[in-house]
Amino acid sequence: MTPRITGAVAGRVLAQLRRDHRTVGMLLAVPSLLLGLLWWMFDGSDSSAATFDRFGPPLLVVFPFIVMFLVTSVTTLRERASGTLERLLAMPMGKADLLLGYAIAFGAVGLAQSGLAVGLTVGLLDMDVRGPVWALMLVSVLNAVLGTALGLFVSAFAETEFQAVQFMPALVLPQLLLCGLFVPRDTLPDVLGAVSDVLPLSYAVDAMQQVQLSATWTADLTVDLAVIAGSALLALLFGAATLRRRTA
Amino acid sequence: MTNNSSAVYVRHLRVVRGGRVVLPDLTCSVAAGQVTGLLGPSGGGKSTLIRAIVGVQRVCSGTVEVLGRPAGAAELRRRVGYVTQAPSVYGDLSVSENLRFFARVLGVSPGAAAGAIEHVDLTDHAGSLVGRLSSGQRSRVSLAVALLGSPDLLVLDEPTVGLDPVLRRDLWGLFHRLAAGGQTLLVSSHVMDEAHRCDRLLLLRNGELLAEGTPQALRERTQAADVESAFLAIVDGARQEAMS
Repeated sequence: MTPRITGAVAGRVLAQLRRDHRTVGMLLAVPSLLLGLLWWMFDGSDSSAATFDRFGPPLLVVFPFIVMFLVTSVTTLRERASGTLERLLAMPMGKADLLLGYAIAFGAVGLAQSGLAVGLTVGLLDMDVRGPVWALMLVSVLNAVLGTALGLFVSAFAETEFQAVQFMPALVLPQLLLCGLFVPRDTLPDVLGAVSDVLPLSYAVDAMQQVQLSATWTADLTVDLAVIAGSALLALLFGAATLRRRTA
Repeated sequence: MTNNSSAVYVRHLRVVRGGRVVLPDLTCSVAAGQVTGLLGPSGGGKSTLIRAIVGVQRVCSGTVEVLGRPAGAAELRRRVGYVTQAPSVYGDLSVSENLRFFARVLGVSPGAAAGAIEHVDLTDHAGSLVGRLSSGQRSRVSLAVALLGSPDLLVLDEPTVGLDPVLRRDLWGLFHRLAAGGQTLLVSSHVMDEAHRCDRLLLLRNGELLAEGTPQALRERTQAADVESAFLAIVDGARQEAMS
């Protein structure tokens, strides 16, 4: 791994993104708009604040996760299809340089995205969070990186952009259903509970709930963060295994 | 039989792609410091041979030696420049952004990026988005990337397709200037009338090497007026031999 090359990749991905105003606009605005919509939906009900407090924090991690997953899988697929990946791999470029470059660039976008979403929900919409705001941001950014890593991985199994987009409902929606947002995880049927134990999004949602309910750092939160970071690293390693210098 | 003046030495190379034998058993070499033309019809195995030399092709058997090392060896990655048939550059970046990115990856100076753009005559378009350029201009951007860092061996897959005659002549002029500077070039083309611009030729058809040598030697051997006629004479000769 060479920091110069990793930096070159991250800089290039950001330069490409800068050209694409519409995508940047969507990346930054969509999660905040959806959270605003959620707040508005419950505005009329009696328990409005409580409901928003229940759904807000988990969705703060879910939206960046989905958006990053989609953007990364399509971008990497384009790199594979255009021949630039083959060219880069014929150059003195480490696989880790490429993957980390992508992860750093999209992680930075994730940071801006979460910053806006957290600022809106905590600052303007009075979402009740007992823990520190930076912890919310940390969990949110880690999830954006996890989404990026998974997107890199699945792009190896898609031949077209249509296929890449189909991986979203296949891989992300089951995690969303089982992550504890709709039904608390400990009341799930045993089999589903066991499945949700191995899905990274479950830990992300749990981490958000920890930050929301506890003013101090908890041991559970440490475990959650370790699981998310570990999953992202594992997905990056699997992604690296799909990058082949020699192809048939 | 290893030859010191060969930059590339291919021995008994066999490649199967998608269940089809593309190269059954190919042996050939590329002379150092010269412009070698890899000519033959589309689908004859030119790109597969090129991919094997660059080290991105999975091969069944045989050896490919490049600059004294096995093809695809890590230390060859900065000594071999490779241009694929489709321009592999980023359409959503400008010409100079593309070149500066690849220069950083290769660890060569930003000045080299500007030099490469000048070599392919795109200085006037340095700030343009690659996606907005014509296809001929895009393939020249891709060529410029391969020139970065002055690699010892340049492998170019159909670099002159779709270019106007003036540009084609200019590019061949550039290839010969690079060769005069000590670089080795392997240039593929399915257009036979480019043969006379090469120092040496490899004629490839159906994965078999029909002939190799200088354009002049090929014409003399077959008593043909040009390389296209020589090509036909060799194919016809092989057919008659097979039938008799």
